[in-house]
Amino acid sequence: MDALEDGVLDGNAIGGMLIEVFGAEMTTAVGICGVCGTRGQVAEMPVYQARMGAVVRCRVCDNVLMVFVEVRGITCVDLSGLASLS
Amino acid sequence: MSPISRGFHRRHEEAEPAGRVPPGQYVTHDFPVLSAGPTPHTRLTDWTFSIEGGQSPVSWTWQEFQSLPTETVTVDIHCVTRWSKLDTSWKGVSLDMLLGAVSYTAPYVLAFCDGGYTTNLPVADLLGGKAWVAYSYDGSALPAEHGGPARLLVPHLYFWKSAKWVRGLRLRDTNAPGFWEMYGYHMYGDPWKEQRYAGD
Amino acid sequence: MEGTAVRGRLTWQTATVGAVIDETSKVRTLSLDVPDWGGHQAGQHLDIALTAEDGYRAERSYSIASAPGEPVAITVERLDDGEVSPYLTQDVQIGDEIEVRGPIGGYFIWDPPISGDGPLLLAAGGSGVVPLRAILRHRGLVGSSVPVHLLYSVRSQAEVIYRSELDHLNQEADGVKVIYTLTRQQPPGWTGYARRVDQQMMAEVAWPVASGPLAYVCGPTNFVEAVASDLVALGYPPLRVKTERFGATGTP
Repeated sequence: MDALEDGVLDGNAIGGMLIEVFGAEMTTAVGICGVCGTRGQVAEMPVYQARMGAVVRCRVCDNVLMVFVEVRGITCVDLSGLASLS
Repeated sequence: MSPISRGFHRRHEEAEPAGRVPPGQYVTHDFPVLSAGPTPHTRLTDWTFSIEGGQSPVSWTWQEFQSLPTETVTVDIHCVTRWSKLDTSWKGVSLDMLLGAVSYTAPYVLAFCDGGYTTNLPVADLLGGKAWVAYSYDGSALPAEHGGPARLLVPHLYFWKSAKWVRGLRLRDTNAPGFWEMYGYHMYGDPWKEQRYAGD
Repeated sequence: MEGTAVRGRLTWQTATVGAVIDETSKVRTLSLDVPDWGGHQAGQHLDIALTAEDGYRAERSYSIASAPGEPVAITVERLDDGEVSPYLTQDVQIGDEIEVRGPIGGYFIWDPPISGDGPLLLAAGGSGVVPLRAILRHRGLVGSSVPVHLLYSVRSQAEVIYRSELDHLNQEADGVKVIYTLTRQQPPGWTGYARRVDQQMMAEVAWPVASGPLAYVCGPTNFVEAVASDLVALGYPPLRVKTERFGATGTP
């Protein structure tokens, strides 16, 4: 598990967007990676903000857990990389 | 109604439409690094570029790739996040050369990369002197953060189609969405028609 | 953290700049009047939005620099190629309006009844000191006697944010010790740390694991990664090391 590169953020950085999308505070929510089973809090998940969208990956295996893209004012979210989020 | 913050203005003025810069873009002299995942660090001894889905798969090692004829091109690039960078200089192998080594009928490709990134393109947009696999930028070896050792370079489309860390193309009969296309970005991405998102 | 309440959906509201304090040549604290502010916890952040006359809108996140109960304040570092930070640190005046929404964040929070009374190790890289200062102010206001070490990594003494406040905490000897590491430039006669954080420094500064410490690490990603992994290597349980990574833009 490599150290994150400078400029890579974490789930804290998308806290506002998470509340917008889920209607609740989500940084303490625990996600389970659908590929390797790693459990982690959203606040600690690496977030690659490509300015095109927020890509939230598994800290251990880099699997894409969540992707948020704002399209014409609406934030679309894909959670298919997660086995669960609670 | 949002209050106006007195004196606040955007940092980058949109470029005058003078034919060179697509609508909604501003010109930058930086070269922003935008990545959807960690930077891969593939060793050149392990690197190959392959074209699959033709009559038979074709593959080049780094050494073989380096000995192919190269072109040096100067192009403008346009990112969907609204920055455009003019007169960027690249060196690489043309896709005309690479696809010329394969016998195929498929009309589409899915470019695949180290780290799992993908993007889809019509084959026609890779031919006719419009696309390269570039391994040198501005006279030096392409840095890893900008897609090195080699990236796709397709400057007539939004720059997310110029896939970093490219390792090959999969020829396909159907146009399957790549990474960003799956999450709502446009399947084609013509900056001159502002095709940023699906439905544009 | 159970029961972190979100008062309805997060909505934007208009805030007025109430006071402006220049902390360093590039850093300014803005105190905001937010009429419907529902309160916040130490360590949380808020989002701000600026709208230009042509309708152009920019949003950023900033850690809240003040303690619960104090007026909401943010501390902003000016980035030379920034869009929002130059406006907030140079152009904005008392009485100007900006939009805010918050507070945001249920993870990077210090709240004694929930966080417990383990000694605190706070590690700040540059502007990462902002939410940690909110924690220190909260500790002071509620009269907590939890021992604190703040390790503050900064390029030079001139770039130390809240310097007089932190030096005062050091002198008060009320259980808070601020340890600076000046990584690029040190004043004459400086006997403190003068290098980037490393395993050795963390071993000297961190509370022993047996004392049940809680760590909060905030700053650029490289800094957070190095400190967090050093603490885990020293035996800190990962669940007792809270991290917040700031990007190059200064947003948390």
